[in-house]
Amino acid sequence: MFVFPFFWTVSSSLKSPRDILTYPPPLLPAVFTWSNYPDAWTTVEFGPYFLNSTIVTGATVIGGTASGLIVAYGFARFRFPMRDALFALCLSTLMLPPEVTIIPLYVIFKNLGWLDTLTPLIVPSLLGGGAFTIFLLRQFILGLPFDLDEAATIDGASKLRILFDVIVPNAKPALAAAAVFSFINHWNEFFQALIFLNSKKNYTIPLGLYSLRTYAGDPGEPKDQLLMAGSVIATLPIIVLFFAAQRYFVQGIVTSGLKG
Amino acid sequence: MAARAVVLPAWRSLTPARRREALQGLLFISPWLVGFLAFTAYPMLASLYYSFSAYKILAPPVWVGLRNYAYAFNGDPLFWLSVQRTVIWVVVTVPLGIFGSLLAAVLLNRGLKGTNLYRTAFFLPSLTPTVAAALLWTWILNPRFGIANAAIEGLTGLRGPNWLADIDWALPSLAMISLWTAIGGNRMLIFLAGLQGIPQELYEAARVDGAGPIRTWWNITVPLISPAIFFNLVLGIIFSFRVFAFAFVVTEGGPARATYFYALHLYTMAFRSFDMGYGSALAWILFLTVLVLTVLNMQLSKRWVYYESLR
Repeated sequence: MFVFPFFWTVSSSLKSPRDILTYPPPLLPAVFTWSNYPDAWTTVEFGPYFLNSTIVTGATVIGGTASGLIVAYGFARFRFPMRDALFALCLSTLMLPPEVTIIPLYVIFKNLGWLDTLTPLIVPSLLGGGAFTIFLLRQFILGLPFDLDEAATIDGASKLRILFDVIVPNAKPALAAAAVFSFINHWNEFFQALIFLNSKKNYTIPLGLYSLRTYAGDPGEPKDQLLMAGSVIATLPIIVLFFAAQRYFVQGIVTSGLKG
Repeated sequence: MAARAVVLPAWRSLTPARRREALQGLLFISPWLVGFLAFTAYPMLASLYYSFSAYKILAPPVWVGLRNYAYAFNGDPLFWLSVQRTVIWVVVTVPLGIFGSLLAAVLLNRGLKGTNLYRTAFFLPSLTPTVAAALLWTWILNPRFGIANAAIEGLTGLRGPNWLADIDWALPSLAMISLWTAIGGNRMLIFLAGLQGIPQELYEAARVDGAGPIRTWWNITVPLISPAIFFNLVLGIIFSFRVFAFAFVVTEGGPARATYFYALHLYTMAFRSFDMGYGSALAWILFLTVLVLTVLNMQLSKRWVYYESLR
C-alpha cells in the first residue's frame, strides 16, 4: 500500500503514450520508453528548476545549519537575562502559521526588489536556520558535558574557539541530522516558492512540477507519463539522501527528546 | 514595560564577568534575534495592521477598522464555505493520521523480521514533495485510465467512482492522499521513539499480574506515550488547518468548491485578487483559531497526559 504508488509512478513514467491510454493499465510498460525522461526534462525546462532547487536547498542547508549552530551555542552555553523566555519564543514560532506573515513578507520583499529571485527563499534561513534546527542543536549541546568546555577555557580558549574546537567535533551526528531535516524541508517547499517566484526560469522543482501539470502539450497526446517522469526526477534526490543518511534521521528525533 | 523592569535589575546584579558572558551569549543568538524581528515579529504586526485596513498593494493601506472582519463573518459567501470544508478536513485527517501513525509505530516496534525494510517503506511517502505526491495520485485515481479503478473493476466488477472529479469523492480522495504522505512520517518516528522508551519491566510486571493485552495497552502503553500523542495532536491540528498544497495542485478547490479550503481562500483573496487587507484579516482569524485550540489542548492535556519526569 505504501510502496506500490512509487512502483507505479516509475512504471508509468516509462510507458509510451499508447501504453498510458490502455485500460486496464498494464503493470509494466510494453516498451521501456526511457526517452520520457529527457522529454520531461526539456519540455518544461527542468534544468533551471533543478539548478534553482539545488541553489536554494544547498544555501539554506549549509547556511542555516551553521547559523543555527551558532545560535544554539548561545542558548546552550551562555547565561543572560530572559534567555529561557527567548528560547521559548523561538520554539513557539514553530507553531506559527506562515499565512500570518506571508503577506507583509511579500510586501517587504517587493519593496526590496527581491521578488522573483531566490533570495527570499534563502535569507530568512541564514538568520538563525529555523527554529527546529536551533532546537535540535541546543538540546544536543546541552547534552555535552561542560568539562570539555572548562578544560578548554583553562587552556585559554575563547568561547568562539570552544565552539569550533570542542563543540563542533562532538556535534557531528546532530549537525548531520539537522542538515538532513533541513534539506527535506527546503527541497519540498512549495508555498513560499509559489508566492515569491514569478518567472519560470526562477522556479524551484516543486513549482516547476506544478507548471508541468498545467502545461498544455500536444493536444491529444497524453502527458501523464511525462508527469510521472517529472515526479520521479523531483523525488529521487531526497530518497537517495534518505538512504544515505538513515541513521541521522532517527537519531535526530531521539536527540531532540521529542517523545517526552 | 515589564521586560525592561525585569531585565535592568537582573542586569545590574551581574558581575562584570557575568555581564561579559551575557553579552557574548546575546551576540551568538543575534542572528536569530535579527531574523525573528525582521521576518517574524515585524510582519506579524504589519499584517495585524493590514487586517484593519483596506490595502490593495497599489496604494498605501487605509484604516477601515473592523470592516474586513465583518465582511468575513457576514458578507463573504466563500468564508463559511471554506471554513466548513476545512473543519471537515481537520476532523477527518487528524484522528486518522494519529491513529494510523501510531499503528505503524506499534507494528514496527514488534521487531519482526524485516523491520528496517518496513520502516523505510513506511517512511518514504512522507519524503515525497507534495506536488509529486499530488501528481502521482491524480494519475492513480484517474477515473478513466487510473489503476485504482482498474483494480476495483477487476476485483469486484463494479465501476469505480470518479475520485477527484466527483463532488462527493474529492475531499475524501484528497484526505486519502494526505494520509498516505503523513502516516509513515515524522509522527510515526516520534511514536516509535516513545514506544521504545517504555521500560520492559512494566510489561513484565503486568504479565505477572495477569493483565491481558487490552489492559496492558490502555494502562501502560497509552499513558506512557501520551506526551507523544499530545505533541502529534497539537502539531497535527495546526498543520491540518492550513491545508493548501493538495487542494491547490490537485483540484484547485473544486469540483464545485468541494475542496475549497480556508488557506486556498486566503491565497485567492490575497494573491489573486490582491486584496491584502482582507487576506491579512483571514490570516489572523486562522491564527487566533489555531492559538485558541492549542491553548485548549494544553489545558486539557493536564487531564490525560502523563509525564514520567514531571515534578
